Amino acid sequence: MSEIAMPTPNPHILRGRDQIISRLISELGEAMVIHDKNETIAYECDGLSAYRCPPLAVILPGNTEEVVNALKLCSELGLPVIPRGSGTSLSGGALPTEDSIVIGVSRMNEVLEVDYDSRIIRVQSGITNLGVSGEVAGNEFFYAPDPSSQLACAIAGNIAMNSGGAHCLKYGVTTNNLLGVKMVLMNGDIIEIGGGHLDPAGLDLLGVICGSEGQFGIVTEATLKILRKPEGARPILLGFDSSEVAGACVSDIIKAGVLPVAMEFMDGPAIIACERFAKAGYPTDVDALLIVEVEGSPGEIDEQLTKIKTICARHDPAVMRESESAVQSDAIWKGRKAAFGAMGQIADYMCMDGTIPTSQLPFVLGRMQEMAKEYGLAVANVFHAGDGNLHPLILYNANTPGDLEKCEEFGAEILKLCVEVGGCLTGEHGVGIEKRDLMGHQFSEIDMEMQMRVKDVFDPQWLLNPAKVFPITITHSRRNNDQQYKAA
Amino acid sequence: MSKNSVPSSEEEIADIVRKANGDSETIEIVGGGTRLGLGNPVHADMQLSTSKVSGITIYEPGALTIVAKAGTPLSEIEKTLAKEGQHLPFEPVDYCALMGSKGKSTIGGVVACGISGPKRYQAGACRDSLIGVRFINGTGDIIKNGGRVMKNVTGYDLVKLLCGSFGTLGILSEVSFKVLPLAETTTTIVVDDLSSADAVSALAKAGTSPFDPTGLAHLPASKDQPSAQTLIRLEGFANQLEYRATQMSDLLKSFGKVHRLDEKEHLKIWQDVKECRRFAGKPGSVWRASVKPGDAPGFLEHLNDQFDCFLDWAGGLIWIFADEEALEKNSGSSALTDTLRQALGGMGGHVTLVRANDKNDVADAFQPQAAGVAAISAAIKQQFDPATILNPGRMNSTSK
Repeated sequence: MSEIAMPTPNPHILRGRDQIISRLISELGEAMVIHDKNETIAYECDGLSAYRCPPLAVILPGNTEEVVNALKLCSELGLPVIPRGSGTSLSGGALPTEDSIVIGVSRMNEVLEVDYDSRIIRVQSGITNLGVSGEVAGNEFFYAPDPSSQLACAIAGNIAMNSGGAHCLKYGVTTNNLLGVKMVLMNGDIIEIGGGHLDPAGLDLLGVICGSEGQFGIVTEATLKILRKPEGARPILLGFDSSEVAGACVSDIIKAGVLPVAMEFMDGPAIIACERFAKAGYPTDVDALLIVEVEGSPGEIDEQLTKIKTICARHDPAVMRESESAVQSDAIWKGRKAAFGAMGQIADYMCMDGTIPTSQLPFVLGRMQEMAKEYGLAVANVFHAGDGNLHPLILYNANTPGDLEKCEEFGAEILKLCVEVGGCLTGEHGVGIEKRDLMGHQFSEIDMEMQMRVKDVFDPQWLLNPAKVFPITITHSRRNNDQQYKAA
Repeated sequence: MSKNSVPSSEEEIADIVRKANGDSETIEIVGGGTRLGLGNPVHADMQLSTSKVSGITIYEPGALTIVAKAGTPLSEIEKTLAKEGQHLPFEPVDYCALMGSKGKSTIGGVVACGISGPKRYQAGACRDSLIGVRFINGTGDIIKNGGRVMKNVTGYDLVKLLCGSFGTLGILSEVSFKVLPLAETTTTIVVDDLSSADAVSALAKAGTSPFDPTGLAHLPASKDQPSAQTLIRLEGFANQLEYRATQMSDLLKSFGKVHRLDEKEHLKIWQDVKECRRFAGKPGSVWRASVKPGDAPGFLEHLNDQFDCFLDWAGGLIWIFADEEALEKNSGSSALTDTLRQALGGMGGHVTLVRANDKNDVADAFQPQAAGVAAISAAIKQQFDPATILNPGRMNSTSK
C-alpha cells in the first residue's frame, strides 16, 4: 500500500449505502445516478492512478439546476462530494473516498455564446479544453491555456486546478483567461461572478475560486477569454552539452527582451527516451535540449529567431536547428509532445510539478541527479523553462515492492528543494492529495489557516473535496463528518 | 484622526495591528496617500503609513520577477525595471492629477487598489501580474501567499483576493510581480471622427487582429476635444513595427481617415488616457463603468449630453464625467451614480464612483452586488478582519 493516507470512511455512511442510493434515485432520477459497483469503478481514480477508490455513487447532472438539486441533497445528508471534470488530474484532485459522492460535469458540455468582438466564449464547464479552441478555430481564434491533457480535460477541472500549459509564459494560466463563472455552492445556492466585463465589482472572488481545487463549489458555466491566433509561429531546437549552459541561455534570451511563446527544456534521459519513442530526429549526444517557439509575422519571427541564435551562439551550442517548414516544426515538437508516453514505455513514472526561480535551474537540476543516485531511481526532466515550472519524471517499477514509496519520498524531497530555493510545490498540477502533506514546508500554520477560513465561507460543512489540499491532520476538526451524516 | 504611525517593518505593522485589534481601534491604511479618495471615505481612529516599509527585495531580470516591500515608491520600481528594459505589464496608473492628490504612489497602494492602465486589454490587469503577497490581517497575523515564481498553484490564490481589496482584508507588506520586456518601439494609429458605436467596432476589429494592439481607446469630441479620435497603440521590434502599423491602417481604413501620431503626441495622448487627464482639474464627479466591450455603445446610448465620456480597453472601460452644473441639476453624485447603474440595465458590469465632487456625497462608491455574492464578500472580510478595524467602510461589500 502506498503512503498517502485518506481519512477513514464514515462507517455510518457505508452502512446507510442502500438508503442513500434510494434517496438519490428518488430525488434526482434513475438516469442521473450511477451506483452499480461495476460502473462506479470507472470513477475510482484520476490521472494519479496509483491511488484508487470507487465512490459510493456517481451523479451526472445535465444542467445547473440538477447540480443544485444534487448538492442540496448531499448537503442535507452530510455526504462528502468529489467534483469531477474529466478525471485527468495528476495530483488526485478527483480521487474519491468510499463514503463520497462523485458529481461529474461531463454531460454539461455545450457552448452557450461566442462573442468575437468582445473576445469571450461562454461554455458549460464539462466541455474539454480543446473543445473550446476547436469551437473558435474556424474564425482564427483560440483559448490560450493548453495543458498536455487538453484533448480530454474539462474546463471545470482547469478552473479547479488553475491549469497551465506550454504557452503560459506569454499567455498566462487559466486564472488569467477566466472572466466569469456560474457556480453552485454546497448548500445549493447559485452564485454568478464576473462575465464579459474585465474588472471585478468588489473583492476578486473569481481569483480565489480559480485554483480552489473543487473545494468551494461546482462551476457549471464559465466565461473565457479567447484570442486571435498570431500570424504564425516557428520553433528552433537548441542542443547543449550541459543543463547549466542551457539554463543560462534561457535566462539570457529573456533578458534580451525576446518573449518566446514557449521554452521547453529536456534533459539527457528525457531526450533519449523521447527520441527512441517518437523518432523526432533529436540529437541524442547532448545533455540538454531547448525548444524555443516564437510567434508573429514572418518578419517578426525571423527577427526573434535571429536574436535567439545570436544569444545561443555565445553559449557554444552543440545543435542549433531552426524550423524551415511546417513539417520541420511538427518534427521538433513531436518528441516533446510524446514525452509522457515515451516515459510510460520505459517504466512506471511519477510526474512532479514544482516551480523554481529560473536562476536556480542549474543548481536544482544538478542536485536532482545526485538525489537520483542516492535513491537508486532514474529521473528525467521535461519542463517549461521560461517560467521555471519543473516536471521531473521519476521512474519506478510498480511491481517492485517498496518502489512506489521510495519514488514518492524522492518526489517529496525534490519538491522540498523547490521550496528551499524560493519556489513552490506545484506550478500547474495542483496540490490534491499528492502534495497535501507537504504544504507545511511551504506555508506556516497561520498561512494555511487563513486559506482554510476562505473554504469555511464557501463550504462551512467542509463536504466538498474535503481531504485534499491541506494536511488531513489540520483539517480533521473542520471535516468532522461523523456528526454531519444524517440518515437518508 | 488622533494618531499616526509609520512602522518601519512588517513585524512593527503586526504589533500595531494586534494592539489596535485588542483596543478595538480602527486603522486607515496609507501608502503614498495618492489614492485615498478612492472608494468610500474611511473614518478611523488612527492612520498607518507603510511608506517606511520600503525597498526592492529581489529583482531577477532573467526570471522576469521583482519583489518589493509595499511602501516602495512606484517610481523607484519603474526606474529599476526600465534600466533592464523591463516593466510592469499592466501599466500602473498615477492618480494624482485626477484626484488632485499629492505624494508618491507606492507599489502597495497600486496593488491594494488593483488599478490597471490601457495595456490591461492586452497584457492583463494588476492582479494578473501579481504573483505573491505578504500581508498582516486584522488580528495582526503575518500571512504569505503565492511567492516569487510565476507558475504557482500551491494552495488557494489569496494573492488575487488581496489585489483590489482596498486594504479591507489586510495591510500589504510585500508584493511580487511577473514583469515583461519593454517593447523596442511603440506608435499610435488614429481614426478620425468616428461615432462611439463605430469606434467600438473599429477597436474590436483592431483588438481581434493578429497585430496585438496594446492600447485601444476612443476620445469623443467635447469642449476641449475638437473632433473625435479613435486610438490604436502598437508595439514591437523597431524593424517590424512599420509592418504592423501598415497592416493595422489597412484594416481600419474602411472606418474613416487613418493617420499616425508623431512620437510626442503619441506619448502624451496615452498618458492622458491612462491618468484620465480629460477630467483632471475640472470641478465635477468622475465614474468608471466596467462593461463587456461590445456593450459600450448600448450603455452610452442611455447617457445624455450632461455627461462627458471616453473609452479605454476597446470599450470595456468607460470613464464618465459630470460637471457641477450637471450635478446640481440631478441632485448630486449619489443620485447620478444610481442613474448610471440603472443605465447598465441587464447588460452586466458595474459602475464605480471614482471622484465625488462633494466628498460627503458618496452613497456607495462600489456598485452593490447580488445578495449571494455580497454575503460571501462580507463573510470573507469577517474571516480576515473579524473586528472590522482595517479601512472600515472603504468597500461597502466588506462592511458589517
